[in-house]
Amino acid sequence: MSSPSGNGSPGRSGGLLLRFNNSRNGLGLVFMLPAAIFLLGFLTYPLGLGVWLGFTDTRIGRAGDFVGLQNYAYLMDDGVFWLSVFNTVVYTLVASILKFALGLWLALILNEKLPFKSFFRAIVLLPWVVPTVLSALAFWWIYDAQFSILSWSLMKLGLIEQPINFLGDPFNARVSVIAANVWRGIPFVAISLLAGLQTIPVSLQEAASLDGATPWKRFRYVTLPMLTPIIAVVMTFSVLFTFTDFQLIYVLTKGGPVNATHLMATLSFQRGIPGGQLGEGAAIAVAMIPFLLASILFSFFGLQRRKWQQGGTD
Amino acid sequence: MNTQDKTAAPDGLRDDAEGMSYLSHLPRRIVVIYLPLAIFVFVLLFPFYWMAITAVKPNSQLTDYENYSPFWVVGATLEHIKYLLFETSYPGWLWNTILVSVASTFLSLFASVFAAYAIERVRFTGARTTGLLIFLAYLVPPSILFIPLAFIVFNIGIYDSRFALIFTYPTFLIPFCTWLLMGYFRSIPYELEESALVDGATRWQILRRIILPLAVPGLISAGIFAFTLSWNEFIYALTFIQSSENKTIPVGVLTELVRGDIFEWGALMAGALFGSLPVVILYSFFVDHYVSSMTGAVKE
Repeated sequence: MSSPSGNGSPGRSGGLLLRFNNSRNGLGLVFMLPAAIFLLGFLTYPLGLGVWLGFTDTRIGRAGDFVGLQNYAYLMDDGVFWLSVFNTVVYTLVASILKFALGLWLALILNEKLPFKSFFRAIVLLPWVVPTVLSALAFWWIYDAQFSILSWSLMKLGLIEQPINFLGDPFNARVSVIAANVWRGIPFVAISLLAGLQTIPVSLQEAASLDGATPWKRFRYVTLPMLTPIIAVVMTFSVLFTFTDFQLIYVLTKGGPVNATHLMATLSFQRGIPGGQLGEGAAIAVAMIPFLLASILFSFFGLQRRKWQQGGTD
Repeated sequence: MNTQDKTAAPDGLRDDAEGMSYLSHLPRRIVVIYLPLAIFVFVLLFPFYWMAITAVKPNSQLTDYENYSPFWVVGATLEHIKYLLFETSYPGWLWNTILVSVASTFLSLFASVFAAYAIERVRFTGARTTGLLIFLAYLVPPSILFIPLAFIVFNIGIYDSRFALIFTYPTFLIPFCTWLLMGYFRSIPYELEESALVDGATRWQILRRIILPLAVPGLISAGIFAFTLSWNEFIYALTFIQSSENKTIPVGVLTELVRGDIFEWGALMAGALFGSLPVVILYSFFVDHYVSSMTGAVKE
């Protein structure tokens, strides 16, 4: 592939290899065309359009005019917007840490010798497979203010006096939506990390235990360093999904009570679609991009660097 | 934690034991492995159990925790399911969801096979960069795209139709499928293609006769995963669809079965259950494909 293709030679006399090389770019273009049409038309263009809309006062049914930074200036003074930023950061941070800790724990358990291992692996992934909106509906019912099964069980056990107001109280609502998000996210983290764990050679563990390493030391100095690259990728995805979460909040609280659980994505929807302020909604969505880039860079490079600090390749 | 000192003594003494054997003392295993596993499985599955049992509970038992144990059901009823199937638009939403998921999955697979083959094997100028851009496209979340996309969908006149979903779902399916198929194509030996080229096969013939048959497991993985993703999609369906007859299950159940202050939990949970079943059944048949596509996307 290093030889420059002779674009000038028109005939097919150049032999098989040359003909092959000549058609390379043309063929590549033709083959890329279907994917390119979709991705340029419905991904790249909307991304650019979204940035543009953020600078306009477009509403539903009315083409907007360029208003410069007006939307952003308005958001700067908007308490609800800043609350949603705060909520999103807290939601992402707490949920990601919990998902990572519990997911890693579950992965380590599933990596042990177990009867019916593949069965357990299959059922553990169910929360991730089922549509979020539908499992969120089940959580809505579980979190019901009056007939919550959780409240009932805790009352029967004598731990609480009266039903917990899961979604009506700002603090409780935050805890509840984070719990539901963690519930859905654990399987993804656990099964991905399990796949990573299975690539670690058993001989390394055995060698370490022959050298007298305790289980904790084996985990800390053998398993964890070998797993770091996969942790980096898994957590990047997890943070990304959590930061841009919409469905769970939309089903459980719609942002309430008093905007305590409004995330940037739900606020963007609320202002943009039912509120009709497409420009402002787009501006909120655009405001997510720097946070997204920062969190991707942080979780990706932050974890990646440790890989070569510990003497790994690359 | 008295199990720990029981195991501590023999641990140091037995040199001839297998490397990990001290972990297999039963009491310790129960505390360290089986108990946490049982709790994990219980917590992860309980919402489904709760969904299923609510779907068949007669209304009289639904909120009467005094006389009936909430964890069980006496005299299960199909009333909620009947209501769902015959008195709501649920069957229509189910049909829409199937139609949209199947169409967008096939559309994405079609585009992705060519794209992945071109990036991985045709190796045109800039193939590497294109591959990277495809991966970056995978990281663009729908929640920052839905407003401009709504604008576009409206302007090209497919707002409130199934096409709005069939054409927009590939934006998150194609990057994923392409990325996954690139990995599969990479594992197919280059020599196979070279010998076919020498024998005079065209690129198209190579793709159809050699690569595709060998990549069937990859196609199934990508297809299953893409189908599940489009089945679960919510924000586009919520934004682009207005009329009841074009809604998908997640949107339909949420926007039409939830009415006012009286929640019909039975019907709602039945709707959630039946909306989940198709993906769960599909998943149960192809667990390994599903897992390999999920972890495959992560590993690269």
